[in-house]
Amino acid sequence: MRHVLSVLVENEPGVLSRVSGLFSGRGFNIESLNVGPTLEEGVSLMTITTTGDDQIIEQIIKQLRKLVTVIKVVDLTEMQAVEREMMLIKVNAEDSNRAEILRTVDIFRCKVVDVSQNEMTIEVTGNQGKLCAILNLLSRFGIKEIARTGTVALKRSMQLD
Amino acid sequence: MEHTGAEILLECLKREGVDVVFGFPGGAVIDIYDAIPRFPLRHVLVRHEQGAVHAADGYARASGKVGVALVTSGPGATNTVTGIANAYCDSIPMVVITGQVPTPLIGNDAFQEVDIVGITRPCTKHNYLVKDIDQLATVIREAFYLARSGRPGPVLIDLPKDVVQAKTKFVYPKTVKMRSYNPTIKPNKLQVKKAVDMFLAAERPLFYVGGGVISSDGSEELAWLARNLNIPVTATLMGLGAFPGDDPLFLGMLGMHGTYAANMAINNCDVMIAVGARFDDRVTGKLATFAPEAKIVHVDIDPTSIRKNVRVDVPVVADCREALKGFKELVRERLGEKDYKKANEPWVVRVQEWMKTHPLTYRTDTGCENEPDAGKIKPQYVVETIYEITRGDAIIATEVGQNQMWAAQFYKYNKPRTLLTSGGLGTMGYGFPAAIGAQLAFPDKLVVDIAGDGSIQMNIQELITAVCNNLPVKIVILNNNYLGMVRQWQELFYAKNYCATCMDAQPDFVALAKAYGAEGFRITEPEDVKPVLEEAFKLPKAVIVDVRVTKEENVYPMVPAGASLTEMLLV
Ligand SMILES: Cc1ncc(C[n+]2csc(CCOP(=O)(O)OP(=O)(O)O)c2C)c(N)n1
Repeated sequence: MRHVLSVLVENEPGVLSRVSGLFSGRGFNIESLNVGPTLEEGVSLMTITTTGDDQIIEQIIKQLRKLVTVIKVVDLTEMQAVEREMMLIKVNAEDSNRAEILRTVDIFRCKVVDVSQNEMTIEVTGNQGKLCAILNLLSRFGIKEIARTGTVALKRSMQLD
Repeated sequence: MEHTGAEILLECLKREGVDVVFGFPGGAVIDIYDAIPRFPLRHVLVRHEQGAVHAADGYARASGKVGVALVTSGPGATNTVTGIANAYCDSIPMVVITGQVPTPLIGNDAFQEVDIVGITRPCTKHNYLVKDIDQLATVIREAFYLARSGRPGPVLIDLPKDVVQAKTKFVYPKTVKMRSYNPTIKPNKLQVKKAVDMFLAAERPLFYVGGGVISSDGSEELAWLARNLNIPVTATLMGLGAFPGDDPLFLGMLGMHGTYAANMAINNCDVMIAVGARFDDRVTGKLATFAPEAKIVHVDIDPTSIRKNVRVDVPVVADCREALKGFKELVRERLGEKDYKKANEPWVVRVQEWMKTHPLTYRTDTGCENEPDAGKIKPQYVVETIYEITRGDAIIATEVGQNQMWAAQFYKYNKPRTLLTSGGLGTMGYGFPAAIGAQLAFPDKLVVDIAGDGSIQMNIQELITAVCNNLPVKIVILNNNYLGMVRQWQELFYAKNYCATCMDAQPDFVALAKAYGAEGFRITEPEDVKPVLEEAFKLPKAVIVDVRVTKEENVYPMVPAGASLTEMLLV
């Protein structure tokens, strides 16, 4: 199953390779890994999306906690969380298709950030489902390139059950 | 007053209680060496950096203190990697200090530069590159704290030459503050109660203990529980010595080369109390059939060990000694409820019956027919004789292979910290430098390295280290002219295709010992084993005893890799 882990780390040199090395060295899967600073100086937040059965996820979490530079690990899959990813899509945009593409962009509330005679680059933000859906819709025009940030996530303030 | 980085390092070592450092110099650490004579520190010059790390490891295992090694950058640093990985696998407290090129040169492919922090990331508990002299004292303090606390392990500190040369005021941090590192030492009370309820209700309880009992000094508590409740004990290779080897409740080692009784007990127990052991594949055999009837209590200080390989009914995350103490307190309150000793008696009788019907043994005839120039001495007999002579009052180091397994099977370890062996990594060449480290920690003890003819050649250069430091380490080579353990696998599973395991070309070990200034003996006749070993053990100097043993002897029992523990090949 897919899990989104929120990992708070000391922002020291090498911390990323400690974490990614843990995954590669132990044969764990990383779907995406995203790092950025937090409000607190010297502390970064990693959002790691990974897959595995319960036992593997338990090992991943415990092994992460064992790293000396890791402060806290939370499995967001076990609670309600907001998940977002940003993707840039460069799509074939011949004159005949332009209107249709723009309509799609509109419906998905995303932005065109670059245009040329026969290409368009679109910025999409959303959860996995949304990104998947727009990719799917645009694919018939011919997608030339994509770039994705990987998931970032935060626990929802209110946990309703 | 200002101090150099070198002085700060050495002052910190002093305050951490370090009295001996194993090392090898070079340009990147020359300033540290320049300062060493001004400090109350014994530096032992090894002949290879791998030797330094194994010696620090042997020192740590025997004494319970943190072992320290000091080496230069580049090749000096890379030569330590095997030793570090070895200590990591066996959770040995150690600090390795490597020199590094000056900070402005880092990343420039400078002379003797290597990214040792990157290389050792997966095989250290933690590691540091110190870029600022003002962090040096804090880093060293943290390194020692990390090495010895929680699940112990090796920590590496990489020190650039300019940091070692720089000067600053020395401030020794009073305490260590690391918010991201808080090992759980005390067990959770509820879990302790659940565990005790479980094993007091058992009909066929069994202790399965590992190195964690030894490193936490938990042996006394273990013995109290086992004896007061009449619970048999089996140990991993790393756990030998955690419970007296000559106690009637002790079943010997379990696993691939474990005893029949231990493996049968695993197969039949109804509650297994695993303490400081990690269910390694050499121990469990086929996981699906491991302890099929047992509920499992698992005590370990490292939460990642729990449920990594087997399902666990009651996890107890704690220092092993603390957990065993917790068990003991509860058990003591409940001893009056029922005669637990008597209740467990039928099980103990059954287990002891297995010991009687299938003791560890070996064939005393000369062995295989297709062995025309067979030696007449059985390697197992040599190990038994070492036990007989020392009565168990020695520190035994081993190399890796058949010699290691026979040393585990035929010598009784009655006290903790008396067996130094590479359990997790299985490093040939470990035993001898480890014996040197142990001898430094205990100058008056008899320290014997039980070796194979293959393994001993991996760090034989340390013979001169032993000789010039007056360390009377004994090396007993069970010389079978083979890389015996690999040959055994080839015999049993590869149709006797003895490719690259025959070691017919060998040095003259007796002459070699003498060349180094040590003493050498060769034994070819069974009746000489005892008197010559006795003489060798009495000599106040390093000795090699080259015992020519039967060549194609095998280690039995043996559970083939991946088979169930009950599928033992017996003698
Ligand atoms: C550094 C290293 N290389 C290779 C091995 C693989 N290996 C395991 S046992 C063994 C044979 C050891 O031979 P020897 O030291 O003569 O001991 P014996 O088994 O004959 O007692 C080998 C090669 C190892 N454990 N360590």
